[in-house]
Amino acid sequence: MEEKRHYFDVVVIGSGLAGLRASIEAVKVGSVAVLTKLYPTRSHSTAAQGGIGAALGNEEPDDPAWHTFDTVKGSDYLGDQDAIELMCYEAIPTVIELEHMGVPFSRTPEGKIAQRRFGGHTKHFGAEPVRRACYSADRTGHAVLFALFEQANRLGVRFFEECQVLDIVIEDNKVQGIIALELKSGILHIFEAKAVVVAVGGFGRLFKVTSNALASTGECLSMLFEQGVPLEDMEFFQFHPTGIYGLGILITEGARGEGGILINGLGERFMEKYAPTLKDLAPRDVVARAMLQEIREGRGINGKDYVYLDLRHIPREIIEKRLPEISSFCKIYLGIDPAEAPIPVAPTAHYAMGGIPTDIHGRVRADIGETFIEGLYSAGECACVSVHGANRLGCNSLLDTLVFGRQAGKHIVQNFKDLTKGSVPRARIERVKDMIKDFINRKGKERLSNLREELQEVMTTYCSVFRDEEGLKRAIESIRDLRERFKYISLRDSSLIFNQELLNAFELYHMFNLAEVIAQSALMRTESRGAHYRVDFPSRDDEAWLKHTFAFKRGEEIVFKYRPVMITKFTPQERKF
Amino acid sequence: MEEKVYIFRIKRFNPQSGPESYFQDFEIVLSEYERVLDGLLKIQSELDPSLAFRRSCAHGICGSCAMRINKKNRLACQTLVKELPKVITIEPLPGLPVIKDLVVDMDPFFEKIAEVMPYLINRDPPPERERLQRPEDQEKILEAITCILCGCCTTSCPVYQQSKDYIGPSALLRAYRFIFDTRDQAGKERLERITSKIGLFHCHSALKCLNACPKGIDLPAHIFKLKKLALKTAIRRKD
Ligand SMILES: Cc1cc2nc3c(=O)[nH]c(=O)nc-3n(C[C@H](O)[C@H](O)[C@H](O)COP(=O)(O)OP(=O)(O)OC[C@H]3O[C@@H](n4cnc5c(N)ncnc54)[C@H](O)[C@@H]3O)c2cc1C
Ligand code: FES
Repeated sequence: MEEKRHYFDVVVIGSGLAGLRASIEAVKVGSVAVLTKLYPTRSHSTAAQGGIGAALGNEEPDDPAWHTFDTVKGSDYLGDQDAIELMCYEAIPTVIELEHMGVPFSRTPEGKIAQRRFGGHTKHFGAEPVRRACYSADRTGHAVLFALFEQANRLGVRFFEECQVLDIVIEDNKVQGIIALELKSGILHIFEAKAVVVAVGGFGRLFKVTSNALASTGECLSMLFEQGVPLEDMEFFQFHPTGIYGLGILITEGARGEGGILINGLGERFMEKYAPTLKDLAPRDVVARAMLQEIREGRGINGKDYVYLDLRHIPREIIEKRLPEISSFCKIYLGIDPAEAPIPVAPTAHYAMGGIPTDIHGRVRADIGETFIEGLYSAGECACVSVHGANRLGCNSLLDTLVFGRQAGKHIVQNFKDLTKGSVPRARIERVKDMIKDFINRKGKERLSNLREELQEVMTTYCSVFRDEEGLKRAIESIRDLRERFKYISLRDSSLIFNQELLNAFELYHMFNLAEVIAQSALMRTESRGAHYRVDFPSRDDEAWLKHTFAFKRGEEIVFKYRPVMITKFTPQERKF
Repeated sequence: MEEKVYIFRIKRFNPQSGPESYFQDFEIVLSEYERVLDGLLKIQSELDPSLAFRRSCAHGICGSCAMRINKKNRLACQTLVKELPKVITIEPLPGLPVIKDLVVDMDPFFEKIAEVMPYLINRDPPPERERLQRPEDQEKILEAITCILCGCCTTSCPVYQQSKDYIGPSALLRAYRFIFDTRDQAGKERLERITSKIGLFHCHSALKCLNACPKGIDLPAHIFKLKKLALKTAIRRKD
């Protein structure tokens, strides 16, 4: 197998918003390589529709202090308030800077960045919805991703596209570099660096129905986990209320921000019952549970497992101007025009609140205290700062990727002299080669795709919106069983060029780890908070559980430690919307 | 849900097994809501895991899965099988080197994009707040900014098929996106770049790109506006 060695001062894994924003900062001090398993502009950030939250106050008075409060409350008080405050205040210069980089935001009549309503975002600390989401029609992610990619190129960031990272090398508590397979050539690339930024996005593909890309598989989190790095708050996975029924394709919350409402089989606007003030714009965990409760009680459409998102009362012109993309999804995939027919929707696996634990500078924590893996940074959906706590508000993820992508880049710039060059030991390269050989040579009776589908089925059945002890235990058992069966897979493609079967095998191998961490973390947490709802423990228990879960791999076991939540201004209260 | 049998007739090529490409038929059952991409994924899972194609978002927004489906460049994830006949012929995008099966080397395509300096250039010191842009000004680039760089348009262009040095509709659209952005200041340089070499005026309005864009962008209209602007600029320069 051919090898190529490279040295870059900084290596960034992932070319979504987080990775690109980090690279734009880091390239100020040294050479930067961005690796991505896709072509950069195909990263899933491009799918973000609704907007970025920032209290610009362009359409009506707004205040970053309100944004901070909303985010804390939305997180069900599990978010770290120092990080949240930083994010909400930095939001304003961050969005302005994006505009300067060329992002084509939608505009107000006087030419300022337009803003719209989004779930959980309010004025005067919860009084009523506020226009805070800065958007580019319903293609915000695409608009921002392109502008960042363009500027990163302009500044001399080097891109290694379609290079899938197979190992992140940590030795002696320092990141040394990474090992990646180039898809089109089959060459193994070894990168050594002073710093590595992990910005690999989400892992919604653990579930059967998801808004996430086929590439959102999360293997890099597991690579770190296997080397002793903890994973934080993995039990908190967000289900977005409005996925197109059956397909999971997202209909942005912006559709409700523009006035869309949810209706059940009886034609009732049921959110009025569950969240009298914010109604359809309550946070996602609340709305997703309400929908499923309606469905469970037989009030789905024709008694089936979906409800309707109704946009029919919104003027066609508004739909076409502000929601063109989702309108086209409805036409293409459902054959309906949302201005004339309601859209069948059901919750879809959407966003990982948990992930690689970092401080506000993006440094990856080695433990629950203030110790870090030298040179290792993480930002974006794969990281957990934690600003989203138990439930993320819409529009806060793009913001998180940008603010903390930049924080990581800045920290690298400021500490550049103290960072030492890494060196990838031969043994680690041989290990990856052995793994490739081993996978390719496996000739058992199990089919890879069956195992993946079964895993998704298990996660969907037991680890979705409603959870309980019995189900979670069953999930853990099934995951272990699947992992065992994985030993007997059979690969048919033995080439190294664009061998998707091989890459799928790598991904699935790691997905078992993430699945088990999610199920075990959820089993441990005997309370309900934000997106984590335990039917057998239906209320929040601050006394026992106002703390972050840290899962560690110790041998074959997962052990847990807990870290206190950072509370500065807002003491936990019961959430009412 | 109604299910039907489809024959996917796929053009195969694997550099490690030989220099020749050939067609292979796969028979699969798909429901009326499924897309060509679902069919390909099913073949990869159940019949032949060595089948190579690009995919990621699965809903027409990332631009990965462009390929030639029944002689038309389309996104596999946006093409419902029920709109197609029983036999579906699938080939890689034309005019680009094939790496494996339906995966083409996109480098020549992206090199053309890079030629137009695809990034906003504004040399004034950035103001404290956003640069203002009136909605009617933004209107001019609204369609152009929806491009997902899938390659469907350029690889359908007969001029590009004849000369791989031709800049192609996609790169022209990229240039347009910046030239007509009121915040950009490098319009002149860009115009020069797209009119020198085998550029803008080699487009002879064959209009093959008119219906090629899966996002519905009217490429000929944008190219026409670029030509008008380039002519006006040239005349002004002569005056
Ligand atoms: C449909 C949809 C709509 C959304 N809408 C909004 C919204 O309106 N507002 C909002 O705030 N948030 C929204 N979100 C959430 C938000 O878009 C994501 O959380 C965010 O874009 C993630 O960005 P990222 O940079 O962390 O990762 P991504 O953009 O997912 O990028 C991950 C990168 O990592 C690379 N990668 C992964 N694994 C490897 C590997 N092994 N080797 C090499 N490279 C690898 C990938 O190639 C990719 O480049 C939405 C999400 C979805 C799915
Ligand atoms: S998979 Fe993204 S466009 Fe088809």
